[in-house]
Amino acid sequence: MTSPTEPFDQIREKISGYILSESSFRGESSFIVASASIVKCCSRLKNTLGFTYLADLTVVDYLTVKFPRYEVVYLLHRFGDSYEENLRIRLKVALEQDDPAIDSVTSVWSGANWLEREAYDMFGITFRGHPDPRRILMPDDYDHFPLRKDFDVRDRESSKRCFKRALDEGLE
Amino acid sequence: MGVSSGPLLGGDGFLTTKISAVANWGRKHSLWPMAFGTACCAIEMMGTFSSRFDIARFGAEAVRFSPRQADLMIVSGTITYKMASVCRRIYEQMPEPKWVIAMGSCTCGGGPFDSYAVVQGIDEFLPVDVYVGGCPPRPEALIDAVMKIQKKIENEGPPIV
Ligand code: SF4
Repeated sequence: MTSPTEPFDQIREKISGYILSESSFRGESSFIVASASIVKCCSRLKNTLGFTYLADLTVVDYLTVKFPRYEVVYLLHRFGDSYEENLRIRLKVALEQDDPAIDSVTSVWSGANWLEREAYDMFGITFRGHPDPRRILMPDDYDHFPLRKDFDVRDRESSKRCFKRALDEGLE
Repeated sequence: MGVSSGPLLGGDGFLTTKISAVANWGRKHSLWPMAFGTACCAIEMMGTFSSRFDIARFGAEAVRFSPRQADLMIVSGTITYKMASVCRRIYEQMPEPKWVIAMGSCTCGGGPFDSYAVVQGIDEFLPVDVYVGGCPPRPEALIDAVMKIQKKIENEGPPIV
């Protein structure tokens, strides 16, 4: 195991203004970022530090395990010329239980579009400024956010209702 | 069906039968499947259609991806509620007479997916003729299902709708 590489330290330094804290697990670091500065932090990472690829954007629901309840996770990648320059970093933003909302990063990576729609669909996180804030997997008139930990995954009532509606009116 | 031949007929013979028996005999040996494959079971279905298992031996090799040219729907794979309305619509687009095989545990009863999105058995919205259990079923099992459909056609003729 090597200690955090030098490029990593440089990145930390360049975005230190946006970082609230840093956590580490098995030699991998995550930066905790304030929700208000996520877009600025991301555009900095993309435009001056070369993180051109948003590998994934997802959400964790901690329900009662941790406070605040939600954490939006951004996995960013930089394609470098050498092994050390090829970097993957993780940003985390904590969101409150009531009306969780965060600014959309679609202005930085347009690839965030579907990822944010999925995060909305499954966890009910609102992405402010998203160009197309619809559900992506579940039917448009579905009632729940099924990956929230307080949802009963065997509850099929809403799916059945959406199915009947789709049958009755034909396919959109 | 009965076959007669004799010197009185100059060596030629003739058949006595019913129109429906001839029609069903034709139907049962030329089933045209509509392959509604949505998940892993579809891979096994493709294996059944191809040369090693060769469903052509049972006259059901002309797979159509247009429901209007098919009379046997093989639903193979997990069906979600969002897919279910599509599946039902495609079934309705198939001309009569038509039959349905539910291939795999998913279509029979939800399989391993006891979840909010998955239909717990396609008989919630389709009239299934033969169920094939297994996750996925072996090609032999699908061939057996086709043979059961053939038996059913021979014995009962087209379904009454
Ligand atoms: S029954 Fe098993 S093999 Fe078939 S679609 Fe379901 S999970 Fe896949």
